[in-house]
Amino acid sequence: MDGLMDSLFDPVMLARIQFAFTISFHIIFPAFTIGLASYLAVLEGLWLWKKDSVFLDLFDFWKKVFAIVFGMGVVSGIVMSYEFGTNWSVFSDKAGPVIGPLMGYEVLSAFFLEAGFLGVMLFGKERVGPGLHFFATLMVAVGTLFSAFWILSVNSWMQTPAGYGMNDVGQFIPVDWWAVVFNPSFPYRLVHMVLAAYLTTAFAVGAVGAWHLLHDRDNRPALIMFSMAMWMAALVAPLQIVAGDLHGLNTLEHQPAKIAAMEGHYETRQGAPLILFGLPDDEAEVTRYAVEIPKLGSYILTHDWDGELKGLKSWPKEDRPPAALVFWSFRIMVGLGFAMVLIGFWSLIHRRWGGGLANARLLLRASVLMGPAGFVAILAGWITTEVGRQPFTIYGLLRTAESVSPLEAPALLGSLLLFFVVYTTVFGAGIYYVLKVMAKGPSRESEDEMQVPTRAAGIMPGAWQASKSHGHPGQG
Amino acid sequence: MEVDLAFIWAGLIAFAVLAYVILDGFDLGVGILFPFIKGEGSRDLMMNSVAPVWDGNETWLVLGGGGLLAVFPLAYSVILPALYAPIIAMLAGLIFRGVAFEFRWRASKSRWLWDAAFFGGSLLATLAQGVALGALVQGIEIEGRAYAGGWWDWLTPFSILTGIALVVGYILLGSTWLVMKTEGFVRSTARRYAYWSAYGTLGLIGAVSLWTPFLNPTYLDRWFSGPTTAFTVIVPSLVLASAFFLFRGLREGQDALPFLSALAFFILCFAGIGISFYPYMVPPSLTIWQAAAPDDSLSFLLVGSVVLLPLILLYSGYSYWVFRGKVDPSEGYH
Ligand code: HDD
Ligand code: HEM
Ligand code: HEM
Repeated sequence: MDGLMDSLFDPVMLARIQFAFTISFHIIFPAFTIGLASYLAVLEGLWLWKKDSVFLDLFDFWKKVFAIVFGMGVVSGIVMSYEFGTNWSVFSDKAGPVIGPLMGYEVLSAFFLEAGFLGVMLFGKERVGPGLHFFATLMVAVGTLFSAFWILSVNSWMQTPAGYGMNDVGQFIPVDWWAVVFNPSFPYRLVHMVLAAYLTTAFAVGAVGAWHLLHDRDNRPALIMFSMAMWMAALVAPLQIVAGDLHGLNTLEHQPAKIAAMEGHYETRQGAPLILFGLPDDEAEVTRYAVEIPKLGSYILTHDWDGELKGLKSWPKEDRPPAALVFWSFRIMVGLGFAMVLIGFWSLIHRRWGGGLANARLLLRASVLMGPAGFVAILAGWITTEVGRQPFTIYGLLRTAESVSPLEAPALLGSLLLFFVVYTTVFGAGIYYVLKVMAKGPSRESEDEMQVPTRAAGIMPGAWQASKSHGHPGQG
Repeated sequence: MEVDLAFIWAGLIAFAVLAYVILDGFDLGVGILFPFIKGEGSRDLMMNSVAPVWDGNETWLVLGGGGLLAVFPLAYSVILPALYAPIIAMLAGLIFRGVAFEFRWRASKSRWLWDAAFFGGSLLATLAQGVALGALVQGIEIEGRAYAGGWWDWLTPFSILTGIALVVGYILLGSTWLVMKTEGFVRSTARRYAYWSAYGTLGLIGAVSLWTPFLNPTYLDRWFSGPTTAFTVIVPSLVLASAFFLFRGLREGQDALPFLSALAFFILCFAGIGISFYPYMVPPSLTIWQAAAPDDSLSFLLVGSVVLLPLILLYSGYSYWVFRGKVDPSEGYH
């Protein structure tokens, strides 16, 4: 309780809690929109190619979800771009010359691209030709990927700084831009995060498909989206494990203390075990109730059964991350990763021997349950990453406690409470609306009309007169 | 001659901020007018007039903030803590109004709530921006490389005045935008609001302009002695000329002229602030060159901006072009 009371009046702690809270909300939305934007491009491409209007129905359906989620991503992102200054002004002054231009490029190459073509994508279907509309959808998708590229470069530079020098007022200055952007952990983080966004989307899409199939096994759009999602799970989830493994090896090289916390090792050992579960205790410097597999830890990380792994005790106490949070969040992520592989594999079995996906009741139920899995894994992964690099904001160079703004605790506490109330109500409502749209499912006009030309022509410029009689703004 | 990168960047940041103010200005203004133009259909129309473009408009704010961090990190790290409360209020306001664009169509019984959020968020964000501007104009206290004032310093009668002035100014932008983009009842009501907000804006521009020079001796010098005194004649005359066209456009029932004249107001006021500020980035203590990042950072971002900014203007312009003309009441994908 003492700890809690202290942190309520500690500006550093308050700034951290506020930042962690707001960015955790933010990341949920981009993770979904990065995946959805690409999915929408695929759906529209399929529609243009195969002329099967079921793809148009799916496109229109996921577009609605996309619009709501994107809106929440934008407003929570704007908060982030100002929070660097409000909460971490010393950090901003010192690191601005290096990370600022990268974020500048994110705005110029990604945000404007998304925003510029979003209007056309959402509202312009009847105003531009199908080719241009498809182009707009592609640009939105590309924009989300550019955005991930730049912001992850920023974050990776903070984890594994490279290509910098210092000037006489104590600022980090760029020396080699190529080394800054492509710093050692960046390629791994980018691949892992983009795969994560795709997987997250696949499981969300799959859950919606599965839910509608459980209610009506002849629902064709639902079957199509479920099947697409399961292909993603079967193909991408195993890739993600490989990517995650490589990411971990990279971290071992650059941030061994983080790995020690993730593994729950306090002692440096040769032939270290893999601790499956346990309770890391930073005070006593042991992991209690450890369930372990001998030597496997060393084997995974050094590819040698007797390889040496450093324990947390190799670093002074004030340079160590808090182990328990890192240890547990890592296990949640990895556990979900394996669960995703399992689902993908299961779907392959059903396709081959089980009489089709629509009848795989148990798989459908499991997929509904796994709907939120990607989001949870992403949050867990980021907590591993960010808490694991404590107590630094720029790894090894600038401490979190030295990064904070000269603000007083009441100001921070006030804004933290405000953010808490605003985020939970506003984004809570948003998530409710997303679920509402999902529960309604895609319209299935196409099945009755079977590609009647007027319907298929809905996207063409001349046809908007005809479609005027359907859609009414506000009908939802 | 050496290229003065800091100076170029000051110009580009100023451009981004101006673009933000006039673009998001009109859609915030539409939000503030929301409760004052009655009827469900009218509101659908008002919202649809800005829905395809608001996100692009707001991106200029991200460029302003992100750009400041990139090229004037010291200014960024001093201004944001100094204006902590208004910035947080602005962000909260922008959240409420931003989500309303989508939530409104998804809600059934609670639609009024998102209408209220759209209005309240727009009003709060505008007020906060105006107050922040006033607080910056009146000056920020710095010690070493950090903000040294208290956390209520931003709140003064002057900053409240600028807050109100911006609200009335955005109403003018919003109402003339509606005059341009809509027909029938919405248009005629917006026209009425355009009249009174035009009078209000003119009066408030006058009040702020008379007060500003007395906040800081540099401003006084700038406007009332030396060669720059010429601006004291030029800027107000141009404001009056724009006012003439604004009222004429409204009287004759023209579509675009009132909106364009209102934009001219904003550009002129912005130029006025620039004249007062130069060469300061954060008056009274940080000049553009003191606040600037090292040249390597400035040139790295400039190289890309030279290519990307024209492209952005091009496709943003294209997006406005796609949605040109009066809003069709039956359009919208919801
Ligand atoms: C769907 C999401 C998802 C899934 C299934 C996984 N991860 Fe992950 N992981 C992420 C989403 C994520 C992430 C959110 O994208 C993180 C946070 C920061 C980052 O770079 O990626 C991350 C970080 C992260 C890190 C920390 C890197 C660092 O900062 O030093 C490691 C070592 C792994 N992951 C390893 C794995 C392994 C071995 C997995 C397989 C079982 C796995 N992840 C599944
Ligand atoms: C997007 C997903 C992310 C999540 C969920 C996340 C989560 C967190 C968490 C939980 C903390 C608190 C760590 C602690 O104080 O113990 C934190 C801190 C921080 N993160 Fe992240 N983070 C994310 C991405 C980023 C990115 C992309 C950046 C930079 C571009 C970033 C920069 C920071 C900074 C500056 C802090 C504060 C200093 C610190 O406490 O380390 N984060 N984040
Ligand atoms: C501290 C870190 C971050 C900052 C400062 C930040 C900033 C922003 C801002 C300002 C926006 C709104 C852009 C607009 O106006 O259109 C935004 C949206 C977005 N951000 Fe972030 N962001 C951060 C972390 C991340 C991360 C970690 C990712 C992905 C890996 C990401 C991906 C996106 C995407 C794709 C969007 C578009 C909107 C959406 O898809 O919801 N951001 N972000």
